Amino acid sequence: MLEIKGLCKTFNPGTINEKKVFEDLSLTLNSGDFVTVIGGNGAGKSTLLNMIAGTYPFDKGQLLLDGKDITKLKEYERAAFMGHVFQDPLLGTCSNLSIAENLSIARRKGKRRTLRRGITEAEREEYRALLAPLGLGLEERLTEKVGLLSGGQRQALTLLMATLVRPQLLLLDEHTAALDPKTAQIVLDLTNELVQRDQLTTLMITHNMRDALKTGNRLIMMSEGKIILDINGEAKKQATVSDLLALFEQNNASLDDKMLLG
Amino acid sequence: MSSVLSSAIAQGLLWSILAIGIYVTYRLLNISDLTSEGSFTLGAAVTAFSIVAGVPPILAVLLAALCGALAGTVTGLLHTKMHIPSLLAGILSMTGLYSVNLRVMGKANIPLNQVDTILSNLKDLLHLARDRGAAIPLGILAVALVIGLLVWFFNTEFGYAIVACGNNDHMIIANGVSSDKLKIAGFAIANALIALSGSLVCQYNGYADVQMGIGAIVVGLASVIIGEVFAKDKSFVFVLLSIVLGSVIYRLIVAFVINTSIVSANDMKLFTAVLVALAIWFTDLSQRKGGKKHA
Repeated sequence: MLEIKGLCKTFNPGTINEKKVFEDLSLTLNSGDFVTVIGGNGAGKSTLLNMIAGTYPFDKGQLLLDGKDITKLKEYERAAFMGHVFQDPLLGTCSNLSIAENLSIARRKGKRRTLRRGITEAEREEYRALLAPLGLGLEERLTEKVGLLSGGQRQALTLLMATLVRPQLLLLDEHTAALDPKTAQIVLDLTNELVQRDQLTTLMITHNMRDALKTGNRLIMMSEGKIILDINGEAKKQATVSDLLALFEQNNASLDDKMLLG
Repeated sequence: MSSVLSSAIAQGLLWSILAIGIYVTYRLLNISDLTSEGSFTLGAAVTAFSIVAGVPPILAVLLAALCGALAGTVTGLLHTKMHIPSLLAGILSMTGLYSVNLRVMGKANIPLNQVDTILSNLKDLLHLARDRGAAIPLGILAVALVIGLLVWFFNTEFGYAIVACGNNDHMIIANGVSSDKLKIAGFAIANALIALSGSLVCQYNGYADVQMGIGAIVVGLASVIIGEVFAKDKSFVFVLLSIVLGSVIYRLIVAFVINTSIVSANDMKLFTAVLVALAIWFTDLSQRKGGKKHA
């Protein structure tokens, strides 16, 4: 369970570029919640996710993960129990290392990096079995450099890596936005599969309203740093893209083209 | 073998350890680390001072590498903890090291004529006639040890993490490792190697000089770039061996252009700088042509 309490953040305080992003934002994700987050540009979706991950510090507020206060932990310390998939498929993997080596780095998440061998034979077998169900043929390419993979393949690999050690929280930052529609669907299907298999508490930002509606059990809409809609269960199942658009209009939220097309 | 040729090969081997150090920061960490100019001299200064003070040469060499690692750690701390851009952090270390090197040596130049060096030790061991005859065996031994250690190290959990960090620090942070720690370790390893090279080169030259590091980074880059011509998409051990080959080829080119008076010895640094600039430019051009994108 993730509890965000009284989050405040102002960028560039005291300058003409001052921007208040959050004023006392609170949100609780229950264990096993799969929450999709939508909102226009500048609504604060990515900022919120980055603050949970620890990429930026915040001015005031508290973060509790499964009852433990993680407010003061650095990004890499939080990463020990979080999975994070970025929008840019190049950011989640290392192109100079092989597929197996990338997975071996994720396998040791939360552990000290020692002078033991980076990868064992047993692990290679494990990774082969792990990659085979993806149907991307990656299990035959374990020793190939990740730099040779396509964006979609890299994003699928990043997802596997983010969930290889079961995270207490999975953060997905528009992780299908940079992919073509077909690949995006494959990655989204894999996301659903992994989240359901391990009952992961998940926060997924998306620009695509249809994806936001049909994925997960709870939907949050943000505008100007506030949560303007928070629906789950039946209410979410009943909601339609036009409902969401109407709500956007009401709140004068800035819509961008991508979302309308979604 | 003519003496010109054998001296080029010997120098190529001894300087190749510098080139491997440059490779660690320039290619693996993706940082141009100018500390090398100072840490190369530091290796020489510490070695000359220790040997003259009566320390056994082999210990002096190890001490030099340790001091290089310290210098690299300082640059790493400046860069990661004080958020100084890497290029500037290297310049600050390099500048500071100039004074440190003068302090260590107590003067601008220490000759090593009347003392035992690692070369004379090895000459006695191998029953050779001259100290310089031991240079190639010493070079081969040192290079083999360095490559063996690096291949082992970069296949450990920690080594993988360093490579990942240099490629993409988002990825390694997202996998729960402090990128600061990895970068500092990378700086330390690179400069330990560079100081080790400085230590061996000063014993080969027969003196340590406070100016000897000037241009070291460009010499190292030249070797790395020449070496990479042979090492396209090859394994790590092959890349390292290619850099050694690149370093030897660089020394052969230098010997050739000086002996044929194409370039005067005074113009060597300019010649090397132009060579490196052109090589980087050509590599970039050929990559654009091939439409290769490097992530």
